[in-house]
Amino acid sequence: MSATLTRDDLLRAYRTMRTIREFEERLHVEFATGEIPGFVHLYAGEEASATGVCLHLRPDDRIASTHRGHGHCIAKGMEVAPMMAEIYGKKTGICGGKGGSMHVADLDVGMMGANGIVGGGGPLICGAALAAKMKGTDGVGVCFFGDGASNQGMILEAMNLATVWRLPALFVAENNGYAEATSSKYSVACDNIADRAGGFGMPGVIVDGHDFFAVHEAAGEAIARARAGGGPTLLEVKLNRYYGHFEGDQQTYRATDEVKRIRETRDCLMLFTRRVSSAGLLDLAELEAIDRDVAAQIDAAVVAAKAAPKPTAADLLTDVYVEYA
Amino acid sequence: MARKITYKQAINEALAQEMARDSSVIAMGEDNVGGAGAEGEKDAWGGVLGVTKGLYGRFGDRIMDTPISESAFIGAAVGAAACGMRPVAELMFVDFMGVCFDQIFNQAAKFRYMFGGKAVTPVVIRTMYGAGFRAAAQHSQCLYSMFAHIPGLKVVVPSTPYDAKGLMIQAIRDNDPVIFFEHKVLYTLEGEVPEGAYAIPFGEADVVHEGDDVTIVTLGRMVHFARDAAQTLAKRGIDCDVIDLRTISPLDEETILESVNRTGRLVVVDESSPRCNVATDIAALVAQKAFAALKAPIEQVTPPHVPVPFSDALEDLYVPDAARIAQAVTSVMEFKR
Amino acid sequence: MSELIQKITMPKWGLSMQEGKVNGWLVHVGDTLRQGQEIVEIESDKIAGALESSVEGTLRRVLAQEDEVLPVGALLGVVAPAEVSDAEIDAFIEAFAAGFVPGEGSGADAGSRVQYAEIDGRRIAYTVQGDAGPALVLIHGYGGDKNNWLFNVDTLAERHTVYALDLPGHGDSDKALPADAGPAGMAQVVLGFMDALGLDAAHLVGHSFGGATALAAAQAAPQRVRRLHLIAPAGLGAEIDADYVRGFAATNSRKELGRLAARLFADEAQVTRALVDDLLKFKRLDGVPEALAAIAAALLDGDAQRMQLDLPPGVSATVIWGELDRIIPVAHATALTSAAVHVLPDAGHMVMMEAAREVNRLLGA
Repeated sequence: MSATLTRDDLLRAYRTMRTIREFEERLHVEFATGEIPGFVHLYAGEEASATGVCLHLRPDDRIASTHRGHGHCIAKGMEVAPMMAEIYGKKTGICGGKGGSMHVADLDVGMMGANGIVGGGGPLICGAALAAKMKGTDGVGVCFFGDGASNQGMILEAMNLATVWRLPALFVAENNGYAEATSSKYSVACDNIADRAGGFGMPGVIVDGHDFFAVHEAAGEAIARARAGGGPTLLEVKLNRYYGHFEGDQQTYRATDEVKRIRETRDCLMLFTRRVSSAGLLDLAELEAIDRDVAAQIDAAVVAAKAAPKPTAADLLTDVYVEYA
Repeated sequence: MARKITYKQAINEALAQEMARDSSVIAMGEDNVGGAGAEGEKDAWGGVLGVTKGLYGRFGDRIMDTPISESAFIGAAVGAAACGMRPVAELMFVDFMGVCFDQIFNQAAKFRYMFGGKAVTPVVIRTMYGAGFRAAAQHSQCLYSMFAHIPGLKVVVPSTPYDAKGLMIQAIRDNDPVIFFEHKVLYTLEGEVPEGAYAIPFGEADVVHEGDDVTIVTLGRMVHFARDAAQTLAKRGIDCDVIDLRTISPLDEETILESVNRTGRLVVVDESSPRCNVATDIAALVAQKAFAALKAPIEQVTPPHVPVPFSDALEDLYVPDAARIAQAVTSVMEFKR
Repeated sequence: MSELIQKITMPKWGLSMQEGKVNGWLVHVGDTLRQGQEIVEIESDKIAGALESSVEGTLRRVLAQEDEVLPVGALLGVVAPAEVSDAEIDAFIEAFAAGFVPGEGSGADAGSRVQYAEIDGRRIAYTVQGDAGPALVLIHGYGGDKNNWLFNVDTLAERHTVYALDLPGHGDSDKALPADAGPAGMAQVVLGFMDALGLDAAHLVGHSFGGATALAAAQAAPQRVRRLHLIAPAGLGAEIDADYVRGFAATNSRKELGRLAARLFADEAQVTRALVDDLLKFKRLDGVPEALAAIAAALLDGDAQRMQLDLPPGVSATVIWGELDRIIPVAHATALTSAAVHVLPDAGHMVMMEAAREVNRLLGA
């Protein structure tokens, strides 16, 4: 399992997953106070997916994300303080308060944006992969999307195009079982999203999204193949979200205790901790130190975001065009 | 300078010169090469009407055929633009915007604003528009107004070979997403075009006929009808300023207002459907900012609010022509309070 | 008798002129025309001017009416002596009409075709007109081109072989400049041009910056210059409208260009929208703003002209200046003590356009 993972990798993976969890849990609390504008979609429970994939990526690799994008942002290397400020709609936000939770992005680290349009990232990541191919780098593009987007034409077209152009791309279907309140058992016409890969001439792989190590291994193979010119892969990560489609969703459509049961038995952080400590790779004290550090970091981010100024009237009209006569 | 080439050749030459100048410029579209994967000739088509013919021979895989998946390849062009390329993607007919509009108006147009001014998306989307080709309701529409409505997009509608080349070069060099409208009836129009590369700045209208009696504001194919009308009217002693907008986003308000303030009369000629089109936009602009100068109501010459018909007998009735423009000018000249 | 009949036709002023509008006749049927006399006002889409008569005799017919738009080469009038009958003139007109195809055989067409010479790896565009008489090389000014001579070339070509070239960075020539973008560097291009065309010696006619270039060519190779004809030349004094020079290089605005171009003429009505359009089209070409900026830098030292040039011994020169020149002051006209000086009234910096007839006469047409 960890043949390719160094001790530093493991520490990094844990810190990333913990940062995402802490970020989302804190947002869950803070959103309820009414201080955060708009709405947020939390990634808690799905951390192993973003982390397992992005641990393979370099800054010049690109990812496209979804409306549930905070985890992808953090895993791709974005700073939490400007992200938090963005979600609060502040001028100090990574996007100056003009994007918000659903459009948080940082092109400097290869994060091409959360996306308010379900499936919107598929074509974009084909473009990122095409750019890498044209420039002759061995960079890759990774598109994260959900089970809802797996039925969206843009994603299906993008997967076909990626194979036709033999693009260095990876399509990561994060199947958390629900598109808003509609179960994927109802809305996806085949048993697995990965079953569709054959129709697009690419390998389809299914992994358990609660298991960081499984995601990491499968993503590693797919990304190495893409870098080597072997074309795209569809990776279906089966996982669960802990919170509703958006904050305020009471999840009455889910079975009683469904989330509680998953949290207690299959939580990705719990499985990771159990695995690394039983194998003697990391000790619990180290992980607890990371927990304390991350908690302090998120707390500082929230305090700073709350204190930060809002954008002003002068900001309304800027950043539409590079230049406009 | 005396060399004459067609509108189609002018666009082809602009693409070729920019591809030669800048290796980040790439092109893609359905049959832009023509014959991909087939056993016969490569570069068999060079685009469905031959606009990109010959580029494959010079630039190889920097011009690509695509599957008929407009969302995927228009979006790929947008994504590649955000990653340092300068793609020119062809949406064959603008009528097909329905199957890929998300990638244009939710992605390309909004990156820069949503991402706090950090994104640069220098993508060009070339597209054919316009009636007169007997191509009926789904291949003849004039939809530039719908793009001009979206902040973040620039919308270019050239009327001549000279403008087509210079505006295409500007579109490629421009750092914002540009929608470039090519009227298929104009492809065979010849005009003087310099051999060297040149860029025409956006937001700079051209005055193609000068006069102090009536301002005619128009664009695209309608420019030619408006000029014909102006020449006819000049013989009757009515002198028209004919303003070719060239781009509708950005819009050269200054040239329009300067002219209307001088003439006091406005006729707007627009090939797009009459609700919420360029004509209504210009009329509103003038009503608001040059009201005091107006001596007569503003006339709008547009097609009727119906889909583009197929039969030549009907299509010829649909498209505005020089006679209708001249009639509108006459009516504003004869207006009495 | 029909060999006594001479025609007046629509001229071709500039490469792109296809048709012209008759703005009004300056002579009447029955008048006796002299060669060089201004006889009819013509307007193309680019420029307005008076057509000079190339024939002598009695104007017998006026065919083109005021405000009529006619193609290049169309018959405007007929000149013939009294002994030619009206019937013969009618027959001539009928025969002309039967044989006239617009856009064909207008004579000027072949001569004004753009040709290219390769000089130091640079493509230099030029036209040749006339095949008799000594060579005359026309060198335009800063920001100009071979079309600046449109009112001169036809007339001059009657007695000269007239070469009009585009300097590097201008017109249809390549936009890369010599390392020395000033008159001395450009003079080497002109001499290279003469080499390429096999011209051992020629009359050099230079306007403004082209005048300084002609003078620099004479300094570099006096034996190759039959005579210098300097029209409002740079290089004879310190004063110059530096704001014009720098502004022309810098601006892309139609308004600003129009404002600047107005300073070139005594009669600002010469600056039509089409003329400004042509300047804009030139200025938009890749490499042009950089070329103009380099020439401006070579030309100017602060707000003054950087170099002052002398007439080399053994070279004779004519200096022609418009009295109302606002770019380079007419006071510089007397700087070359041995030169013949002609100051023309009611003309500005573009004196060869505004006083074409006089300039043509002074150039020995």
